Amino acid sequence: MVSETQSPPSAEPPEADERVRKVSRLTRLLARPEFGAGLGAVLVWVFFAIIANDNNFASWATFAAIMNRAAPLGILAVAVALLMIGGEFDLSIGSILGFAGMTIMVLVTPSATGGFGWALWPAILAALVLALAIGVFNGTLVVATKLPSFIITLATLFIFRGLTIALARLFTNRTQLGNLDEVSGFALADTLFASEINIFGTSFRVSILWWFGMAAVATWILLRTRQGNWIFGTGGDTNAARNVGVPVNRVKIALFMGTAFAAFLVAVIQAVQFTGADTIRGTGLEFQAIIAVVVGGTLLTGGYGSAIGASFGALIFAMVQQGIIITGVDGDWFQVFVGVVLVIAVIFNNFIRLKAAQR
Amino acid sequence: MSNNGTALLEIKNISKYFGSVIALQDVSAFVRAGEVTCLLGDNGAGKSTLIKVLSGVHKATEGEYLFNGERQDFDSPREALELGIATVYQDLAMIPLMSVWRNFFLGSEPTKGWGPFKYFDAKFGKETTTSELAKMGIDIRDPEQTVGTLSGGERQSVAIARAVYFGAKVLILDEPTAALGVKQAGVVLKYIVQAKNRGIGVIFITHNPQHAYPVGDHFVILRRGQVFGDFSKEEIPLEQLVQMMAGGADLEALKHELEEASQQGAAEAAGLAETAEAIGSDLPELGETPEEQGES
Repeated sequence: MVSETQSPPSAEPPEADERVRKVSRLTRLLARPEFGAGLGAVLVWVFFAIIANDNNFASWATFAAIMNRAAPLGILAVAVALLMIGGEFDLSIGSILGFAGMTIMVLVTPSATGGFGWALWPAILAALVLALAIGVFNGTLVVATKLPSFIITLATLFIFRGLTIALARLFTNRTQLGNLDEVSGFALADTLFASEINIFGTSFRVSILWWFGMAAVATWILLRTRQGNWIFGTGGDTNAARNVGVPVNRVKIALFMGTAFAAFLVAVIQAVQFTGADTIRGTGLEFQAIIAVVVGGTLLTGGYGSAIGASFGALIFAMVQQGIIITGVDGDWFQVFVGVVLVIAVIFNNFIRLKAAQR
Repeated sequence: MSNNGTALLEIKNISKYFGSVIALQDVSAFVRAGEVTCLLGDNGAGKSTLIKVLSGVHKATEGEYLFNGERQDFDSPREALELGIATVYQDLAMIPLMSVWRNFFLGSEPTKGWGPFKYFDAKFGKETTTSELAKMGIDIRDPEQTVGTLSGGERQSVAIARAVYFGAKVLILDEPTAALGVKQAGVVLKYIVQAKNRGIGVIFITHNPQHAYPVGDHFVILRRGQVFGDFSKEEIPLEQLVQMMAGGADLEALKHELEEASQQGAAEAAGLAETAEAIGSDLPELGETPEEQGES
């Protein structure tokens, strides 16, 4: 019977079915999850280009500033997008970021001032292992208790932020540590994580490449690997996926490890860039990442979305921030403005998707 | 009832207890290759528990599970699946947001390439989905369309085709026609016969004798967790099967009650009266399938 099913496709090639309307390339493009966010990014850019015309918003230098600002959020948003497509939330990434950054700093701080005096690379490796372990912890807790990940990671948000502050103070009696550039191994780390690339006279941070790399790998995984299919299946209907043999628990744990890895990566980038870390670093980033992901067309309920869309979401967020800064609007109004723009973006995005789905 | 030693899958005196609750008691049934065994039972008869035992989700508390004459003791549905015992669940068969071809291969994706560069062979996936569905006589419009845009009958059909493609020897179908309109139920029944003709043993679980009778080779009737009757097709006419399933006496009583209600009721009972009449006039042969409101 197996040999029978392997035989070449039988007869009748799927000819054009009268029930299938010719769908134009444009409509297909409209139906993609990232399309709304892409168009939204263009509209936000045009908006600021007009109202901030006097402040040179539409310039190469401003573009570089936006990209530099978007990169860390983009790295996080890409990993969070995969997790949310898989049907879960991670509110603890900001805390993992702070924890990983302070782990590195405490480990490299000379023992005279309460640290461990490690070289930089072993410290980075230790932070990576710890971050991944937190991801496994989050994921295991979620699949074992079957509680909403929203609650579990809300708990770990507090646990790891608290641990970061408590342990940093316990060892070094400080909540801010610096002088990373005096540690051995810094030169290589600086090149890899914090160097700047000059393009047409403006410097772009290398973190943008990390962001693009993450987005490319995530997109490859989602659309072109078995594991990607499993992520969509797990988020779309966990029971159905389990019934056809998808290892849904492993998928979820792996996705939590992914968000923890992204938090670790941003922690390293920021620690090297600022040659130090702070126990409150990353606070609030978990919400910004979720916002970027949702603006990017991923469904809050899982099973649908894209990493490229999440990247556009991060870009929109950065454009709004940058736009407000250079138009000189009072910074107090920033959050109001972000909220309004994001609501508009999500409504717009939904509208586009519904339109496209109707074909 | 004996199976002459040719059963592909057989359960002998299966019992399943949940604490003090007896879900199944001494249930025996079998299916041969190329035959359809129908498990019939009304709500609460133990059908769901039996499916879970058959598909490997639950372990029976007592009794034997034989596949190809060998005793089995599954720890997970995956183990049953590896032997070729595939289960298609009523509403958990497909993921609506995913495309047909992605659904078709979910959990058993074909890959190409090597090591970390292994990738999901989309071209093969789409072509195979279309051709496999065509082989079952299922006319799919576009493998890229999401399953959410398919009708209920189409979803069940795709799920059956998928199980057949992945080498199912025994196909367990959980109420595949329950939520479907008359026409669509007919389509699904057609695919059940297709699967049977390809030499697969089909276990068709349903509460609808009208659907079971045309395709079934023998019928096991469950009531209150026990086997109430076990017949081959020659032994039992449809009318008797219907009577046995619902419990003839109960149905007669219901008919009288409804008739009384319809006579008493004035204007406000008009709706109920209609129902009663419809059921009343249908009773002798139980008429058409009750679910006619499904989308077409």
